[in-house]
Amino acid sequence: MMQPTRRATLAGLGLAIPSLAVLSACGGGAKPSGGGGSPSSLSVWALTGAKQDTYQASFDAWDEANSDNPFAVEFFANDSYKEKIRTAIGSGNAPTLIFNWAGGTLADYVNNESVVDLSGKVDDVLSRTIESIAKVGEVDGAQYGVPNNDTQPVILYYNTALFEEHSVTPPTTWAELMTAVETFSAAGITPLSLAGQSIWPELMYIQYLTDRIGGEGVFEKIVAGEADAWSDPAITSALEAIIELKDAGAFGDAYGSVAADAGADAALVHTGKAAMLLQGSWVYGTFKQDAPDFVAEGNLGFLNFPAKDGGAGDPANVVGNPANYWSVSAAAEPEIQELAIKYLNEFNLNQDMVDNFLAMGAIPAVAGLEESFGGLDDEAFLSFAYDMVLNAPHFQLSWDQALAPAPAQELLNNLSRIFLGEIQPEEFVTNMNATLSA
Amino acid sequence: MTAGQSHAPRTGAAAADAAASADEGTSPSSAHPGGSVGRSSNRRRLSTGPSNWLLLPALSFFGVFALVPLAGVVVLSFFAWDGLGTPQFAGLAAWFQVFQDPVTLNAMWLTLLMTVLSYAVQFPLSLLLGVFMAGHQRYREVFSVLYFLPLLFSAAATGIAFKALLDPNFGISRAFGLDFLSQDWLGSPTFAFYTLIMVISWSFVPFHSLLYQAGVRQIPISMYEAATLDGAGRVRQFFNVTLPQLKYTIVTSSTLMLVGSLTYFDLVFILTGGGPGNATRILPLDMYLTGFRSYEMGPASVIAVILVVVGLTLSLILNRVSGADRMESQMEGA
Repeated sequence: MMQPTRRATLAGLGLAIPSLAVLSACGGGAKPSGGGGSPSSLSVWALTGAKQDTYQASFDAWDEANSDNPFAVEFFANDSYKEKIRTAIGSGNAPTLIFNWAGGTLADYVNNESVVDLSGKVDDVLSRTIESIAKVGEVDGAQYGVPNNDTQPVILYYNTALFEEHSVTPPTTWAELMTAVETFSAAGITPLSLAGQSIWPELMYIQYLTDRIGGEGVFEKIVAGEADAWSDPAITSALEAIIELKDAGAFGDAYGSVAADAGADAALVHTGKAAMLLQGSWVYGTFKQDAPDFVAEGNLGFLNFPAKDGGAGDPANVVGNPANYWSVSAAAEPEIQELAIKYLNEFNLNQDMVDNFLAMGAIPAVAGLEESFGGLDDEAFLSFAYDMVLNAPHFQLSWDQALAPAPAQELLNNLSRIFLGEIQPEEFVTNMNATLSA
Repeated sequence: MTAGQSHAPRTGAAAADAAASADEGTSPSSAHPGGSVGRSSNRRRLSTGPSNWLLLPALSFFGVFALVPLAGVVVLSFFAWDGLGTPQFAGLAAWFQVFQDPVTLNAMWLTLLMTVLSYAVQFPLSLLLGVFMAGHQRYREVFSVLYFLPLLFSAAATGIAFKALLDPNFGISRAFGLDFLSQDWLGSPTFAFYTLIMVISWSFVPFHSLLYQAGVRQIPISMYEAATLDGAGRVRQFFNVTLPQLKYTIVTSSTLMLVGSLTYFDLVFILTGGGPGNATRILPLDMYLTGFRSYEMGPASVIAVILVVVGLTLSLILNRVSGADRMESQMEGA
């Protein structure tokens, strides 16, 4: 019996292995669902986090009713989503429903004709949503985005147990805030928890302070691109107030390592290491998820940001994200666009979705909910935040979303350097004014 | 994506090939791989060895995935593009913007500092570890397995793990109850850079010590025996036998270290994202943030071109200066 020669064995292997690989590859496994949407089927990208299940349930409800046109759903973390979506849109692989925060980014999409004009086609869903919030989804008077979740004002949370223990009054004025900062700082507790590594939580301070000191007109001039709009004295005063807080030890000495995506800033509050947290309403969901007992025992308090003495701004003004919005990709085929619009009208923010949001402590951007909070676990928080939003004369969109990406990055960079003490307010103003002429 | 680490051998080898063929005409008597010894380049070379057509698959792969995008980036550096619309021709505007931007100039300085510091930390450590692991004692082999472990983790996993460990509130300082470990390692502008160097070294010293271990095991025992007969002690043997025999390993490892730290991205991105402020915003990170956060593709492409040019130049210089292109034999005296 002849043994196969070495050459024959090697040749046999050399043929067999690649052909096996090729055959298995074209064996028709499940098509990879990642990597972008296709224009001929429904797809959507949304954010991970506490609201993920609510979105999934809504899309599952659509799939049941429309089994021949299911939604391919994918979830991404906040920062990675922001980077991926732009590349996807730019390369024509955008999902059918585009999750966005309106503001400068939506304006960019509209200028590049990446999203569909929805005016007149989404009256159904707009009749349910809060009008002032739906208006934020307009660009040049035409509706490009439809609210898809909760309204997210920025709220001052505090640990009620710590406040009682140290006999501090929850701050409703600036003086009370400084007293609280001094008391907690002396007791070795970080007064204000800050996710310095993520940088965008720092925006909440400058946003509220500028609004309280100078009113909403200050930032409106900046968005309009007026020359030297950053030189408004309210901006400088806001920065000086931040430096005053920092020098009083309000943020502790390790805030540069705290990251918001992991909920680390909330963790400092519910583990008793920090007393207060200025963050968006979505953090309430984080508290509920990570420390349900802490919330259930009533240890989480919430307030509007205090007024600043002598400030010109209305103390009832609110900053944050009015909501998040769905826009429809212009790269999708017309029938798919129609299906997406049908989803927006019939399933988006319908009663089921509203109930799910309420159950997790989020305030849906839907009108007429005042009576619906009774009997829910989070009634106190929900009615507080809902009233705050409805009664606010002005709801300022987060600055890093309201501005175009390049100035927004400059803002974040300069703001983080103010917090680090690397630059002074004059340099901040000069750097930001330079972005206006660009 | 493995950062620069895997690119260097290709550029190094390509440069070595270019250099070798350039020298071939002048010194035909030196060892010439697979070729006709002693013939000058004036005569037609006997074609021996594998046909050059076998290069085609690898070269076309390299061409499509490395050279074409490279050309694209060079072209894009003369345009302005925000990722959504069509690129607009902008001439040298992006180039001027980049060279006048203090953040980018700082990034260049930081990259240089990181390259020098990582080399200064990694080279002695991996050399000594490699020599240690090359011994045949059982305990050394056990340690080799342990020292090798960091190499198995992806940069992303290492980054996330260290970020959690170094957290001043919930990290190792709390686990061990040691207060001095509770510094703002990654959040303070003074500490962040050096912490980064430490974590990067932790990740890559195993790889380089592996190279040195293999290099040391190739040294013929007869050389050490001869040295012992001549009366050399262990330290003398290390400097006079081990190090010279490791010359080409040192060149390879140093090229990988230097060119790799020039283009290193993953760990830095995960650990600090360029922060705090601009304290760890090295050039590759600056390129990414300019391109994919600020959406200024023109300036980002300029930075990319700068990185390519500097990396390639460094690699070529290292090859020439170290004499690796001549490929002289090291076995004299064996």
